[in-house]
Amino acid sequence: MPPFLDCPVCHSKMEPTPLKVCPECNYHHRLEANERIALLVDEGSFKEFKPELSSQNPIDLEGYGEKLRLSQEKAQLKEAVVTGECTIEGLKAILAVMSFDFMGGSMGGVVGEMITRAMLEGVNQRTPVIICTASGGARMQEGIFSLMQMAKTACAAAQLEQAKVPLFIVLTHPTTGGVTASFAMLGDVILAEPGALIGFAGPRVIEGTIGEKLPEGFQRSEFQLERGFVDAVVPRDALRQTLTFLIKTHRRENGKKE
Amino acid sequence: MGKKSEERLKASLKRLEEISTSNPSVKERSAWECVLLSRQPNRPGALDYIDYLCDDFMELHGDRNFRDDLAMVGGIGTIDGRAVTFIGNRKGRNLRENVAYNYGMSNPEGYRKALRLAKQAEKFSRPIICFIDTPGAYPGVGSEERGIGEAIARNLKEFSTLLTPILIFVIGEGGSGGALGIGIGDKLYMLENAVYSVITPEGFASILLRDSSKTQEAAEAMKMTAHDLKRFNIINDIIAEDPQGAHHNPLFSAKIVKDIIRRDLATLCNKSVTSLVRYRMRKIRQISSF
Repeated sequence: MPPFLDCPVCHSKMEPTPLKVCPECNYHHRLEANERIALLVDEGSFKEFKPELSSQNPIDLEGYGEKLRLSQEKAQLKEAVVTGECTIEGLKAILAVMSFDFMGGSMGGVVGEMITRAMLEGVNQRTPVIICTASGGARMQEGIFSLMQMAKTACAAAQLEQAKVPLFIVLTHPTTGGVTASFAMLGDVILAEPGALIGFAGPRVIEGTIGEKLPEGFQRSEFQLERGFVDAVVPRDALRQTLTFLIKTHRRENGKKE
Repeated sequence: MGKKSEERLKASLKRLEEISTSNPSVKERSAWECVLLSRQPNRPGALDYIDYLCDDFMELHGDRNFRDDLAMVGGIGTIDGRAVTFIGNRKGRNLRENVAYNYGMSNPEGYRKALRLAKQAEKFSRPIICFIDTPGAYPGVGSEERGIGEAIARNLKEFSTLLTPILIFVIGEGGSGGALGIGIGDKLYMLENAVYSVITPEGFASILLRDSSKTQEAAEAMKMTAHDLKRFNIINDIIAEDPQGAHHNPLFSAKIVKDIIRRDLATLCNKSVTSLVRYRMRKIRQISSF
């Protein structure tokens, strides 16, 4: 029997369902990568890419290797993103899902490479790319190499654009830093789950700069919708249906009558 | 553009890189010494280099959307009769200037101004020269409200496919995404005492070392100096400074910068822009750490 989920907002307890959305206050609990994949794709259709890549310690930072090993054990993942191909309502898609449980979803060389490869696979197969983000930003433990992953993923987004292959972004809680400032803001359509924190600088950094508390709701999905930086805030139970609609409406044969 | 001419381009770019490694270089300073020198208030800034490189610089203002961000300077000038677009961060020399220029930290409109000028450069076939010197993008309320993440992201994407040569010089502080937002180009150079990394040593110390006083230790651990980045093959070359630092003798480095610009533009401006962009994208694609 899986444990009850405690809602951090309204403090009510819920039995875990695949959606993990609080029935009282609509709080969206964090999903693990495999849970999100199960929620979005046609059953049994997900073929993971599983590239033979493992994070090195490019700036020889003390303790990073150990930290990686522990994170792999804890999250039961090799890295902070899972990529693969799948079908959604029978429609082909390339899917990348980031995992906040793995070192805060931070983007180092491997995460950047896997996301880049997923996008380029979209270019090769002329297949829409969906990326579900959850990240604190660039992985500082990899120094300048993590910063350069922003350039790399943004460049891959440019290649998708040149090939006219759609990129759909699903922003989930939280998405900040170098991920926000690269591929996460480069989708043709950008969706966000309700209540997700989405921004470049983290709230504590901003509070440190301005010396006061930020208003409630600052940098949340609804705030970003109002400011014009996301196309729609989509509740989790409507995500699959929304993505299906988007894949259908972004096909090349659009505009030609059936 | 065929595969052969691409190979030729690759070979000639490689030759250039070999030539330029002959810069004289004094002893390697500690990373923390570099951090302090890169922040020296009298250190030459973007406009000092621009003024040295050309005597007809015309500053162009505004992002055509919100306002003119004074922390980002941009405009047009000529070098040896060749029109170029300049983009750079602007810091102040004293408190009054620093307040006006927001300590070199741009808001989204700064990055959007940079992109507007870059697109204009592309349209009129002007090469672009960027001078990086910022602690980072501004982490404030308005900056977030106007989408600083989106502004930087868009620049990364657009600059990577811009059909004109782009030279990047990190002349002081290269702070994170705020630096990278004007940092995508064909050639990347760093002044000897400049630094470039994913976060400031202060941020690294407080987040990863869990002790905000360990800034010196952080600076060393981060591998953020010009020599580090040359070893990592991230930058093309290191530009030497006066033994006491660039502020002590600004002309020393400025002359080298000018020589590099002349040499690189002579080569890059004769290449087909499509193969230039293909090479640029491939170079970005290959930066890895696995």
